[in-house]
Amino acid sequence: MAEKILMKGNEAIAISAIRNGVDGYFGYPITPQSEVMETLMKEKPWETTGMVVLQAESETSSINMIYGGASCGKKVMTSSSSPGISLMCEGISYIAGAELPCVVVDVMRGGPGLGTIQPSQSDYNQIVKGGGHGDYHNIVLAPASAQDMYDFVDWGFDLAFKYRNPVVILADGIIGQMMEKVEMHEMKPRRTAEEILKAAPWATTGKPSTRERNIITSLSLDADIQEKFNRKLKNKYEVIEENEVKFSEYMTEDAEYVFVAFGCSSRICEAVVDELRAEGIRAGLLRPITLWPFPFGEIARLAKQCRSMMSIELNLGQMVHDVRLAAGGTCPVGFYGRQGGNIYTPEEIVGEFKKFNGLA
Amino acid sequence: MKEEIIIAGFGGQGVLSMGKILAYSAIMQDMEVTWMPSYGPEMRGGTANVCVILSDKKIGSPIVTKYDTAIILNQQSMDKFEQTVKPGGWLVYDPSGITRHPSRTDINICRIDAIEGAARIGNSKVYNMVVLGGFLAVKPIVSLENVEKGLGKSIPARYSSLIPMNKAAIEDGMEHVEIVHRI
Repeated sequence: MAEKILMKGNEAIAISAIRNGVDGYFGYPITPQSEVMETLMKEKPWETTGMVVLQAESETSSINMIYGGASCGKKVMTSSSSPGISLMCEGISYIAGAELPCVVVDVMRGGPGLGTIQPSQSDYNQIVKGGGHGDYHNIVLAPASAQDMYDFVDWGFDLAFKYRNPVVILADGIIGQMMEKVEMHEMKPRRTAEEILKAAPWATTGKPSTRERNIITSLSLDADIQEKFNRKLKNKYEVIEENEVKFSEYMTEDAEYVFVAFGCSSRICEAVVDELRAEGIRAGLLRPITLWPFPFGEIARLAKQCRSMMSIELNLGQMVHDVRLAAGGTCPVGFYGRQGGNIYTPEEIVGEFKKFNGLA
Repeated sequence: MKEEIIIAGFGGQGVLSMGKILAYSAIMQDMEVTWMPSYGPEMRGGTANVCVILSDKKIGSPIVTKYDTAIILNQQSMDKFEQTVKPGGWLVYDPSGITRHPSRTDINICRIDAIEGAARIGNSKVYNMVVLGGFLAVKPIVSLENVEKGLGKSIPARYSSLIPMNKAAIEDGMEHVEIVHRI
């Protein structure tokens, strides 16, 4: 069995990047995710795997370094927190428009503006619905533990290259700062030049005489060509929605009341379910692991089975709109949230649940 | 078995590393752990605290508001956390710098003068290990053997020569803890 190491979620991202053969990390420090680059700088992977680690002069710069690295077929990533991610959104839109793979980690803090440095989930709308301009989707993964942070880097790159699409790991201050034990898997070496050609035949790696040149761009001045491209993206997104939805369920089998929560909130809701079950109330939890594609189908199925649903989020109510869309009016869907970096306790959610369901 | 612990004091007292060593010790005996620190401005010269949860089972919420044990190392933390100890739980505190001693009668209370203990060992940096010893004397949730292994995991390899001194500090704390109130 692999050794289990105690580490922060942010440290797990960094260690996983090195161990999964990532070619480059470009970032700019911001609380609560600064440990990602700190750990990379301490580990000095450029001396072992040859991975590049670079502190850019700004988030705008780091996302454009990602754009460049990804154009060459390299496994490149960055991380930041909410205000920094806002600065990156232009670049993420360009990357989506150029159909390039990359992994972006967002360790959310409270907003809007510079907001607070404490944990939050208030960038659901921003990341899940796009963030930058244009008709595009990020593939969005929501980790709920340090182990998830470790595992999702590799999973994220698999998806990013499979679909030539940006992947965002949408974490929060709790998941980034909390230490838990992490099991590390076999090391994956970085791709060789030949492997890059195979994994990314579209990459700008130098034109041989045997093929046409590869062009990476997000610019098209011809309306018909752009529309054709938009429809090609739409087809790709449909394949992703069909194949990549991931969620987990806790005690939903016979549940009369279902909570929907992601990331740190899903951990807290597990305790809520335990508490309600101890009182004889049949509660359960659905945790979306991919926020886009969203588990519409499973929520629709549960909506037919239960009396009511409640979306629990560290924001003013963002994912709840997708839950309501999925439930389609089949059952009432309530919401409870905290903001500004404050965290709800399981007891607090139990109280709000009873109020919503008239059980108090 | 599940133990929810808050460790709170000033930045620099070794609050976070004490939590980390405790967490690693629990991993050595195959338990699940979470370690959730306060982070941000309050760390810089102000109060620092960390919530450590040790459990035989997978840990759901890493955020709790009531604790089985509070380890309290300054007055601000006493004011903040005395009331958060579950009835029947333990409050472990260092009396130096405490002006308002704990007054609850529904919890167990013990004190550990860790400054004196660290002086006996001859190094002020082992202060937090004396406190940890005091805690383990009243709540032996991890064995001394696993704590020693946990120390080995937490301390960078180049400082491994310091493990015996840290172990001595833990033993000193175990020996000198003083029970103030027992329910």
